[in-house]
Amino acid sequence: MIPLEYYLILGAILFALAVVGIFLNRKNLVVLLMAIELLLLAVNLNFVAFSHYLGDTAGQVFVFFILTVAAAESAIGLAILVVLFRSRQTINVEDLSSLKG
Amino acid sequence: MEFKQLVFYVFSAVLVFAAGCVITVRNPVKAALFLVLAFFSAAGLWMLLQAEFLAIALVLVYVGAVMVLFLFVVMMLDINVARLREGFGEYLPIGGLVAVLLVLEMSFILASGPFDAANMPEPATAAAGHSNTRELGRVLYTTYVYPFEIAALILLVAIVAAITLTLRRRKDTKYQNPATQMRVRREDRVRLVKMPAEKKN
Repeated sequence: MIPLEYYLILGAILFALAVVGIFLNRKNLVVLLMAIELLLLAVNLNFVAFSHYLGDTAGQVFVFFILTVAAAESAIGLAILVVLFRSRQTINVEDLSSLKG
Repeated sequence: MEFKQLVFYVFSAVLVFAAGCVITVRNPVKAALFLVLAFFSAAGLWMLLQAEFLAIALVLVYVGAVMVLFLFVVMMLDINVARLREGFGEYLPIGGLVAVLLVLEMSFILASGPFDAANMPEPATAAAGHSNTRELGRVLYTTYVYPFEIAALILLVAIVAAITLTLRRRKDTKYQNPATQMRVRREDRVRLVKMPAEKKN
């Protein structure tokens, strides 16, 4: 028998790891996208856990939508990455300073 | 320890290990492969939570499609890993501190009572004939039918955006233009020449 809090803490650990991943790999766009996928996975884990313990299917429907949006986001993100690499020959975030932000 | 707990601990350990490797390994290809492992273990945990449809969808959609896309892009781009790793450990102390604080605060709140076994007991295992897919479909196609169609639209927009972003037309490639092909008339192509028959000498 596994209490709900175990799943929630696991989700929190996963979320924290992904946040650290964004801190560490701030120059590598590919790994940044992967860290975002991990963040969404942590959120989905919480949704599924609550859905199971509350006996409400709506939580799983939301996971379904999050999966959709995440897939669309990664497809567009990778497309932008490819275009970027074609024009600049780099995916280093430090080199992308033409907007002088 | 019952079998379910064992499965939970094994899958959680693999999940956390894989997530840790995703953010720390040097090679982006290895990071993508560890992300596959992370998704796979998460699918196992969802199976434990009786969300069978989503577990399979996670494996099919993520491991099968999104991660292949990631691997494809990572291998296609010629990335200079050494430059990307510069200053990798620079933010490790503050990042680690933030992560540890985050986990401690969250566990403090989450473990303080409202979500423990007494307040939120685990529901009974579903009956033998219960279908998670049917249940999900029943809700998805009735209550959430508009969001479902918007999700379809989002996917369409993603397809169009990804294709238009990466499509490029090379100048030296020869290709057919169906519109001009269709618009051709007989007069443009065929020229009838009238000439007298030649005599045999």
